[in-house]
Amino acid sequence: MRRKSKHSMPTRYTLMILTGLCLMVMFVSFTLNLSGGPLNSIAGYIFIPMQNGINEVGTWFVNRAEDLKTMRDVMQENKELQTQVDKLTQDLSTIKLEQYELNNLRELMELDQKYPSYDKVAARVIGNDGGNWFNTFLIDKGENDGIEKDMNVIAGSGLVGIVIDTGPNYAKVRSIIDDASNVSGMALSSADRCIVNGNLASMNKEQVIQFSDLKCEDDSVKAGEQLVTSHISDKYLEGILIGYVSTINRDPNNLTYSGTVTPAVDFQHLQEVLVILDKKTIQKD
Amino acid sequence: MRRKITVFIIIAVCFLLQSTLFQALAFASISPNLLIAVTSAFGFMRGRKEGMWIGFFSGLLLDIFYGNVIGFYALVYAYIGYVNGFFRKMFFPDDIKLPLILIATSDFSYNILVYVFLFFLRGRFQFDYYLVHIMLPELVYTILVTIVLYFVILKINQRLEAIEKRRASKFG
Repeated sequence: MRRKSKHSMPTRYTLMILTGLCLMVMFVSFTLNLSGGPLNSIAGYIFIPMQNGINEVGTWFVNRAEDLKTMRDVMQENKELQTQVDKLTQDLSTIKLEQYELNNLRELMELDQKYPSYDKVAARVIGNDGGNWFNTFLIDKGENDGIEKDMNVIAGSGLVGIVIDTGPNYAKVRSIIDDASNVSGMALSSADRCIVNGNLASMNKEQVIQFSDLKCEDDSVKAGEQLVTSHISDKYLEGILIGYVSTINRDPNNLTYSGTVTPAVDFQHLQEVLVILDKKTIQKD
Repeated sequence: MRRKITVFIIIAVCFLLQSTLFQALAFASISPNLLIAVTSAFGFMRGRKEGMWIGFFSGLLLDIFYGNVIGFYALVYAYIGYVNGFFRKMFFPDDIKLPLILIATSDFSYNILVYVFLFFLRGRFQFDYYLVHIMLPELVYTILVTIVLYFVILKINQRLEAIEKRRASKFG
């Protein structure tokens, strides 16, 4: 070992070379907006099948666990129902609540049909960002299934995010709650535009993201207003539901409003998403 | 060669676990950072060079799948592995204090670097919030997982070293 290390390069030089290499690649991929290219393909073919496998095993376990859990729940409920008649009344009110929710959802669905129906492809979420800082995830469809960069991703009727990178058999999606995400949105009733930006802190605290620069008539936008993607965005298709305004405040400049939005999608339990295959085409000069 | 394949498998397994299983096991949407533990452990067990390369490839993997620019995580991880390599002389397999302290410090400095470069520079200045809600929980969770993971890596490394020694004596 000694003899060998005499001839090989000292580690600190290797470190310097690596540093230079990394900085160069960072600069190039940042300025030219390039992605991994061949690296994406190689890594994709090695790791995505494994991730898929783990996911399938995981889903199987979760399903079994849920089966057991629901069985236990049902047995307990059965006992409780036999002993407590009151419980029935409670159930009735729950059903009423669900009916109300169903009506709401039906309304939402009608709303969804108003917009042109796009070509969509369903994909499964197979991996989340390894760290805790960002909110990007991988889906199991990629270039081979016709997915390209900048395609919009939705789940149910709400916007999930946008494809930021693709490999042959996977695609990377940045969700709208990611700290670095910005979406141009508008209030549905008045078409006043604003910027919706993800925020790690507020998302962790109370499951909301933020919007800013909303120009509208005095207090015309209230809490509960629906925010959809705007017509001026160059990447997001128009009219996809982002979420509902939960708080709104006038900015110190007295001209614009800002506040928080509750996203329409439950990002905690995101399993399947739809990728819209139509891209917004904007003529660029 | 045997070592390279083993290390590759360790990195792959940790990466996959980190992005699938531990995301599902996250407490309060915080998950542990296994790759930091691996990088740091190989750094102080095997020295600067191996630490650096293992860090580099772990980071590259994260860059390809989850990074915004290629190279950022690779660089950060490579430096963490390299710096950990300086502690090789102080490392004894039976002592768990030093590994825990080193891995904890690595995880913390990694998070500080990520905060400074990816958050602070974008105008997110509430350092105290991120410290309390992201960095410290991740630190605690990582240490808890590390206690198990470290012994696995240690055993694998010891076995590899034993095999290498036997081979060296056979040929030498």
